[in-house]
Amino acid sequence: MPMKIAPEQTFNERVQTGLDDSYMRETVRSAQERLYTNKSKAENDLGHWEEWRTLSEQIRSHTLENLDYYLEQLSDNVVKNGGHIYFAQTPEEANQYVKKVAAEKEAKKIIKSKSMVTEETSMNEALEEIGIEVVESDLGEYILQVDDHDPPSHIVAPALHKNKEQIRDTFERLKGYDKSSKPEELTQFAREQLREEFLEADIGITGCNFAVAESGSVALVTNEGNARLATTIPKTQISVMGMERIVPTWEELDIMVSMLCRSAVGQKLTSYVTGLTGPRGEDDLDGPEEFHLVVLDNGRSNILGTAFQSALHCIRCAACINVCPVYRHVGGHSYGSIYPGPIGAVLTPLLEGYEDHKDLPYASSLCAACTDACPVKIPLHEHLIEHRKIIAEEEKKTSLGEAYAMKGFGLAASSPGLFQMATKTAPYMLSPLTKEGAIEKGPGMMSGWTEIRSFPAPEKERFRDWFKNRSKKGSSS
Amino acid sequence: MKVSLFITCLGDMFYPGVGKDMVELLERHGCEVDFPEEQTCCGQPAFNSGYHSDTKKVAKHMIKTFEEAEAVVTPSGSCAGMLKEYPGLLEEEPKWRKRAEELAGKTYELTQFLYRELGVTDTGAVLHARATYHSSCHMMRLLGEKEAPYKLLENVTGLDLRDLPNRQDCCGFGGTFSVKMTPISEQMVDEKVDHVEETEAEILIGADSGCLMNIGGRMNRRNKKVKVMHIAQVLNHREIQEGGEDYADENRAGTNI
Repeated sequence: MPMKIAPEQTFNERVQTGLDDSYMRETVRSAQERLYTNKSKAENDLGHWEEWRTLSEQIRSHTLENLDYYLEQLSDNVVKNGGHIYFAQTPEEANQYVKKVAAEKEAKKIIKSKSMVTEETSMNEALEEIGIEVVESDLGEYILQVDDHDPPSHIVAPALHKNKEQIRDTFERLKGYDKSSKPEELTQFAREQLREEFLEADIGITGCNFAVAESGSVALVTNEGNARLATTIPKTQISVMGMERIVPTWEELDIMVSMLCRSAVGQKLTSYVTGLTGPRGEDDLDGPEEFHLVVLDNGRSNILGTAFQSALHCIRCAACINVCPVYRHVGGHSYGSIYPGPIGAVLTPLLEGYEDHKDLPYASSLCAACTDACPVKIPLHEHLIEHRKIIAEEEKKTSLGEAYAMKGFGLAASSPGLFQMATKTAPYMLSPLTKEGAIEKGPGMMSGWTEIRSFPAPEKERFRDWFKNRSKKGSSS
Repeated sequence: MKVSLFITCLGDMFYPGVGKDMVELLERHGCEVDFPEEQTCCGQPAFNSGYHSDTKKVAKHMIKTFEEAEAVVTPSGSCAGMLKEYPGLLEEEPKWRKRAEELAGKTYELTQFLYRELGVTDTGAVLHARATYHSSCHMMRLLGEKEAPYKLLENVTGLDLRDLPNRQDCCGFGGTFSVKMTPISEQMVDEKVDHVEETEAEILIGADSGCLMNIGGRMNRRNKKVKVMHIAQVLNHREIQEGGEDYADENRAGTNI
């Protein structure tokens, strides 16, 4: 349940809401264009992009193959540094642990920097239930939180679906803002609001872009510096990570951070890249007195060793989302999950099952733009086909009509006699529907086509008939 | 060189003209063309819908059909791409997998075959028109062929070829996607139609009949006057008054979709 967005609606209803929202669509379209153009420039600046992708894939694949080893190493080093580590099997366990730490610290206010994993566990709600005030400090997340907890629609830019006028209105209505919709002024306002919150917070909660196994460190990538504040001012720091977000050493971290920044926003590096190794040491000038690392499984270990293992290579850069034409038109909320776009359509059913998400693998034309864009070479469109295979052949959740049609197709297309009979009779079967060489209103499955497009009428002389006659006449030159 | 034609279902039933132009093109460039009559469909509708055991039957049939062929050439990047999926599909049956690999290794999309295998850059075509080219996703991304169609179109006499804005974007066809997710597909194809219009092209050219059927069908519904041509029809196009060669088959003129 925690990952879901608008579960009271069906997939098609959410899509329709998205398609009808012209503000959102315009905002998403221009953001996508800006993001993928910047990415492509960053690829060219770096050079040898394909080789970097191959190397990154190897690093991710090696890490996942040896995940148990690196997790143990990470765990040992976190403890050696004086920190605490907790392995949570479920979202509930993760929330429970964080609540326990908060209760021990008698925390009243928690400041957060961006974390998708805590979205996955609905950690904010869990903490609010026990009376703790939770404040998001990432600008995008802050906007959403102010706007009555609007869910994120993008994994890097969570408020991507809102334009600046909508943000101004939200601030005006709920925070007494009285300036213009200029991004600089809006940001300045948010900074002023947040500065107080940082100073008052008892605990800072962060996500984790990568954990470094060899040193037990957590690396955070931001453009706003909020993660740095959230990990230096409050006395207690809690970082929450998905169990796959790990690199062996700082050498691999260097490569992965570079790939992440370039792929996500087209920057060589973001303004802040923060590496945190345990609580404040005796000679340190700042840093938290206490450090906790929560490692969440939530179904990830079930993906290991399956055909979907490479989905765990994901570094959450959103490059696939930024090139996806389906995402462009329907927006992030249509996917019904905090993980939208191609990676969301792959990951969500893996983490939450098919029952509530069986439409997601079909929300793709399989154009493979996502696969091409992925910096760690996850074959996203192939994973979508793999999902369809499981839905059709194992879960048997497709319609009987479709299953029979495909069986019929398989049979006909493997027996030339049947196939040729079908192609020969088609023009005659369809002739009552044909006008001037086109069909404007087709039956059955065809109606989805003819609802918006003409369908060409099949020709009475098929290519194979022409070729046969031609050979007979011996007209081959 | 001997070439076996894989015409595809759309090519056989809906666009026989594409096949005729293709035969003439290949013959003009010295190929001996044959058409294995047992051929059916590449199986992509079932494969992409997840019905892989049904697809396996189709794949095995196609492997047998083209076993003797020296080269298999098809007027579709998408169907060529599907034939190259067979080894993966039949991974658990080593003998079939080997036969599938042989087929995959000798399968080419038409422009890829002309440009890469025959070394052709100029087909001698003449077509005086403003046109734009839609680069299909599967040809670009699954076959990795991003160059051949452009190289061949560059040398068509009289063709004013204009860049299609956002050419990397899918047209919204996606096989069953077009009928399963019609409202989304509609937005995608409309965006494509708008981009085609921006180029002021009289002709939209493509190398995959599926995409052309989609974009053409939508343009027809929206009363757009842009003509749609498969690249085989363009590359074999003649304008007799321009002094180009006549069509090989004297009984027919040039075709378009």
